[in-house]
Amino acid sequence: MSAEPEEIVRRRSRVGGRTVLIAVVAIAVVAVVLLYGAFAGWFGGGPITLVGAGATFPFPLISKWSSVYVNRTGVRVNYQAIGSGGGIAQITARTVDFAGSDAPLSPTERAAAPGLLHVPETIGAVTAAYNLPGISTGLNLTGPVLVEIFRGNVTMWSDPSIANLNSAVPLPAQAISVVHRSDGSGTTFVWTNYLHRANAGGWGTSLVGKSISWPVGSGQLGNSGVAAYIIQHSGAIGYVELAYTVQNSMTVAKVRNPAGSFILPSLNSTAAAAEGAAPSLPAPDADWSQVSILDAPGPDSYPISSFTYLLVYKELTVIGSSMTQTKAKALVDFLWWAVHDGQNYSADLVYVPLAQAVVDIDAFALQSIRYNGQPLR
Amino acid sequence: MLSLRIVRRIARGLPRSLGDPLFKGLSAVVAIGVVALLGIITLVLAFAAEPSIRRFGPSFLAGGVWNPVPPEVFGAAPFVYGTLVTSALALLIGVPISLGIAIFLSELAPAWLRIPLTYIVELLAAVPSVVYGLWGIFVLAPTMRSVIEPAVQATLGFLPIFQGTPIGSDKFAAGVILAVMVVPTISAVSREALLAVPANQREAALSLGATRWETTRLAVLRYARAGIFGAIILGLGRAVGETMAVTMMIGNRNAISVSLFDQGQTIASWIANNFTEAGPLELSALIELGLVLMLMSLLINVFARLMVRRVLRRGEGAA
Repeated sequence: MSAEPEEIVRRRSRVGGRTVLIAVVAIAVVAVVLLYGAFAGWFGGGPITLVGAGATFPFPLISKWSSVYVNRTGVRVNYQAIGSGGGIAQITARTVDFAGSDAPLSPTERAAAPGLLHVPETIGAVTAAYNLPGISTGLNLTGPVLVEIFRGNVTMWSDPSIANLNSAVPLPAQAISVVHRSDGSGTTFVWTNYLHRANAGGWGTSLVGKSISWPVGSGQLGNSGVAAYIIQHSGAIGYVELAYTVQNSMTVAKVRNPAGSFILPSLNSTAAAAEGAAPSLPAPDADWSQVSILDAPGPDSYPISSFTYLLVYKELTVIGSSMTQTKAKALVDFLWWAVHDGQNYSADLVYVPLAQAVVDIDAFALQSIRYNGQPLR
Repeated sequence: MLSLRIVRRIARGLPRSLGDPLFKGLSAVVAIGVVALLGIITLVLAFAAEPSIRRFGPSFLAGGVWNPVPPEVFGAAPFVYGTLVTSALALLIGVPISLGIAIFLSELAPAWLRIPLTYIVELLAAVPSVVYGLWGIFVLAPTMRSVIEPAVQATLGFLPIFQGTPIGSDKFAAGVILAVMVVPTISAVSREALLAVPANQREAALSLGATRWETTRLAVLRYARAGIFGAIILGLGRAVGETMAVTMMIGNRNAISVSLFDQGQTIASWIANNFTEAGPLELSALIELGLVLMLMSLLINVFARLMVRRVLRRGEGAA
């Protein structure tokens, strides 16, 4: 080591000089950016920006609304798809103006954030998607059979419990490979609630939630991950949000509803479910934790669907000084637009438009919002 | 550029005697700052993990169940196990390949091939992990399922680690994608270490009549082993902390099983998967999991350092 050539030493010092230069430039750039960020607020009031955070499922729809709405009114809507749990945490801490959640607030969550209203914004359907070579879409399945499959009790596609529902279909003697979500998700919440509803003994409450300890199967990240797994694996079955099955042209099961019909998941059959459930919805500021449109009444209702909610405070002054009267008015106007005209953008993005009965409930909720006790709508 | 000129002007205006102390002071502040930051991060993590630590105690490390449905039960064992297995597998596959690349690039490759190949290897080290994950899910996973895993099973299927049904997203696949990801890092850094070996080492070995291979083994690799070891530790760091690519390949199952063809889960991947939708206690348990990962990295580093020191000392004795 003592014979380290001088040349290396010289090279090192040269590199050192350049590194210092780069570091100084980098620090300068960062400083300028930070300063601009800190002082940007001083340059004029700027347009109104509404900030929301929460569920990833409605994100494509909300971003469509956001881009249309800013052109119509100049009001920006900045929605961060960080997950329902994160959205609820942020609205509880009052760091956002509204939140999005796939599941209604639990009684504990509701107690932590008193005065939050539930505003159903759109509807999601969860499909049982599968990959069986030669078998097209529309295999008949029931809730109890799905429970047996996801418990690992039914392991072959040729099992009598499946064959009995599909006498016309030649089912292969192939192993069933179950796939579920690996991340916490509102889709899992809906799916496990449905399985519990179908067979409370076989699928206990310890298996109901946004993320559970699965009896069998492998996990994949996001709807896209589960969809990719099913498309690649012959014999696979999993649960996927309707929009993904439509976009990927996946084969999905018809599921039997309480009226006894096997229903293919679609925008129409899901809308029918929401329509059927509307009369039983609670008041906007009441406890929604028991609300469910699973197994909704009606002969054409697809049985596995749910609302996704916007959460907004009934008295907007609780948000703090950032919520001015102008901003409060803009927020309510945006939500009003979203549940009315905004619904026209749903179908193109494979979201289910709200039924009129639900829109009326939303309108009632939005009219009850106050700023300093004053109505805004 | 303007700010740079200002900095220069200020620097020129300073009395000569002030420059050195100022430089020393600034460097010290930055160096101490990094250590303090690590301390603060650990403290904040420990504070946030406190509800989980209090509720589960040491059983958190041994527990095999992660169920956020009340009554909540959280245990870290399957994730610790999965992290160790996939990282070890990644190094087992990745290190020999990386060393081969590094030796070829520094010792054997003709000059016209050396520069473009080096460039490509360094480029690979900068590819974001989600890209590897996507490649893994769409290209590697089907190949693993239909070609590689059946072939491995046909030849080595008698070993307990290669039993079960290969489905292409399992611990083995995760280990392979991690190996692919650590190869550029390890080979790029190892190559630097090999290049730093003085030419007279090689000349001395060759002049004693050593073959190319003997020269490389005795004069070059031995001289550079501390640097190579550092490269391997860097690669290990990438493997242990990887989230996206692992999530997409490992099958995400919270279970400890011997077979590499079974699904598993790692700490980093599990945290990334569940952070968004976690309730208060689960969040605290996830943060405790992060602490466990930090502790594991620390232990691995200490262990590696001890090993390097032992290897170096032995080398001195031999010389």
